Amino acid sequence: MLDRVSAALARERTRTGQRFPLSGIRRGRLPGKEDAMRIGIVSDIHANREGLEAALSALRRTGVDQIVLLGDIVGYGADPEYCVETAARLMEDGAIGILGNHDAAIDGSDEDMNRIAREAIRWTRTRLLPEHRAVLKSLSTSHRIDDALFVHASASHPTEWFYITDERNAERSLRATDARITCVGHVHRPHLWRLTSQGIATGHAPHVGVENPLAQSQRWLAVIGSAGQARDGRPGAAFGLLDLSRRSLTFGRVDYDHFTAARKVREAGLPDQLSERLLRGE
Amino acid sequence: MGRERIRPGRVIDGFTVGEKLHEGGMAEIFAVTKPGCDLPLVMKVPLILEGDDPTMIVGFEQEQMILPRLSGPHVPKSIAIGDFSREPYIVMERIAGSSLLERFKAAPLPVSDVVEIGARVATALASLHRQDVVHLDLKPSNIMFRDTGEAVFIDFGLSRHLKLPDLLAEEFRVPMGTAPYIAPEQVMKLREEPRSDLFALGAMMYALVTGERPFGNPKHSTKALMRRLYEVPTPPRVLNPAVPGFLQEIILRLMEVKPDRRYPSAEQLAFDLAHPDHVVLTERAKREKTHWMRNFLAGRLGGAKAPLTRLEAYRHASTAPIIMVAVDLSESGEPLNEPLRDIVRRLLATAPESRLACVNVLKTAVIGLDQLTTESGESVHVQRLVELKGWAADMRLPPERITFHVLESADPAEAITTFAKNNHVDHLILGARGSGGVRRYLGSVSTAVVAEAPCTVTVARVPAVEAETASAA
Repeated sequence: MLDRVSAALARERTRTGQRFPLSGIRRGRLPGKEDAMRIGIVSDIHANREGLEAALSALRRTGVDQIVLLGDIVGYGADPEYCVETAARLMEDGAIGILGNHDAAIDGSDEDMNRIAREAIRWTRTRLLPEHRAVLKSLSTSHRIDDALFVHASASHPTEWFYITDERNAERSLRATDARITCVGHVHRPHLWRLTSQGIATGHAPHVGVENPLAQSQRWLAVIGSAGQARDGRPGAAFGLLDLSRRSLTFGRVDYDHFTAARKVREAGLPDQLSERLLRGE
Repeated sequence: MGRERIRPGRVIDGFTVGEKLHEGGMAEIFAVTKPGCDLPLVMKVPLILEGDDPTMIVGFEQEQMILPRLSGPHVPKSIAIGDFSREPYIVMERIAGSSLLERFKAAPLPVSDVVEIGARVATALASLHRQDVVHLDLKPSNIMFRDTGEAVFIDFGLSRHLKLPDLLAEEFRVPMGTAPYIAPEQVMKLREEPRSDLFALGAMMYALVTGERPFGNPKHSTKALMRRLYEVPTPPRVLNPAVPGFLQEIILRLMEVKPDRRYPSAEQLAFDLAHPDHVVLTERAKREKTHWMRNFLAGRLGGAKAPLTRLEAYRHASTAPIIMVAVDLSESGEPLNEPLRDIVRRLLATAPESRLACVNVLKTAVIGLDQLTTESGESVHVQRLVELKGWAADMRLPPERITFHVLESADPAEAITTFAKNNHVDHLILGARGSGGVRRYLGSVSTAVVAEAPCTVTVARVPAVEAETASAA
């Protein structure tokens, strides 16, 4: 009967004339990760060393088979070198690294960014060595593990950095892929969207630490919160735990020393708004 | 689909399928056995017919999601789940005995039987609601009784887990539920109100004690079901003079149109059913005739235009209290955080137009002379404000419903009381720390506030068992 649901969805897609821009991307797992069933997801690190460390150690405590870095390793924060080097080490050990808009802006254009983001990117460029830049350049636009798709902003246009903040954009991303679960970052506010069997996109504000079963009659789109710059009213570092064997997703949160992270941002001479944001988590 | 049907004799994931026990509109139930498992088991399998609406699948998945998360004697123990990629089923404990439906055939029942049935179901509902689940389809055939007496709910296909995505939210055009028992707010498609279950229980108790359903057996259409948004059922005593005042009071209170006029919780209902002498009798207990004129007028005036205008009236009539919560952000206040939030959540849910003021007192020895910045130069005031917002973040209130205040004062109790007075607070909530030693002295903030506050005060405490565990750790 799942086939029937899929068929209904496929009909709907045919009707709307949409295709799967990501259907041709690489499927499969890294060597040595044949049973990657528990996937830890860390998104929007934004050069926040303290946030990254807290999220990684929380995942280590939980136990994961695979780590996905969901983009925006740099930008905004004061520790770009450390975060890029940590990402590189994780990727050597088999982690998946996804490209975010801030990562892309290091050796690309920063014209579409707001003033503060651009200022942070220009500061970050002065800090990164060619080796760091090479790591950022090696990041993938998207990656698929079984039925799960990982992309920084939206499955519909992976490098156009749409924000999934409403039903319309959620639906656009959901219809652009046949993955059962898409994990994105970019928005910095955790949310769990889904496309119902009736073809309607609808959202759920997830509870921290509650395991959400991903029912098979629906297709799912998770906005994983940010490990390095929360924007949902509390300063903690967010992460995701996707369990492919249990077909579930848990939104995790861990406190970290955001005072130190904020102090470093201030001392680096980055815009004040960036340090204040870390203190307030918004 | 080409899938082999489940039938007696088949072995699925180690479960041997036995006789078919029941076939309903949505699912079949088989007895199953598994070597090494002594518990009597059943397997529930969705009835999927070609060309079906996927809605049925969604309902089954909702039940697969909810049942394994429930525990205790009031639900069948969940044993195994087969998912839709292979063979959808739920294996659960088989509840011996019969459903409440059997008793309905003998209605009207003696008053004492109805009170006892009501109390058992209320106790079971309390357990369910404490686990964040609202049943939303209570009816006689969905309630069983164990040999030991406990009521057991079966069939969670329309239920809602309040902390998980509601798969059914967008699935149905007509209201979900069973026509005679569905609560008014469910007719309006609200699926997060635990007191909807209390309404259904009231309607069942009504039918058990009078032998008649309170709204007959209406067609399952929004229009037919809308009547219960303004219609008052005939008082049970009119149909059965043996119904005592307290029972009529309880039943009509459970069947109030507005959830906040019903019992606030299943626990409170169970308490009243256990102590009939303590039930406060209001006008409800004394009603002796059908409000023919009222119902007639309501029906005439309501009519086809009822849906929107009625809902608006229903919403605006509810009160809009100002709720204040005093939060202790220090480490010793930590164990009280959840109990406090629990109370606040419940209060806010009962009054959709209420608003919440979160208050923290920054204690100063002498006002103006304290060090109000930290070593790293942060303003303590701002830091507290951030922490206070973090404390409330989980409740996810829209900004227009919540405000945050850090008060600076040498006398916390006085500051809290004055704030309440000045801001017309209706209900003040604060925590009291455990007794003993220094705590007893600090706890006096709550004592002073209770004595002086101009409004209702709720004092939260850490449940005794947890407090002991915490102090032992």
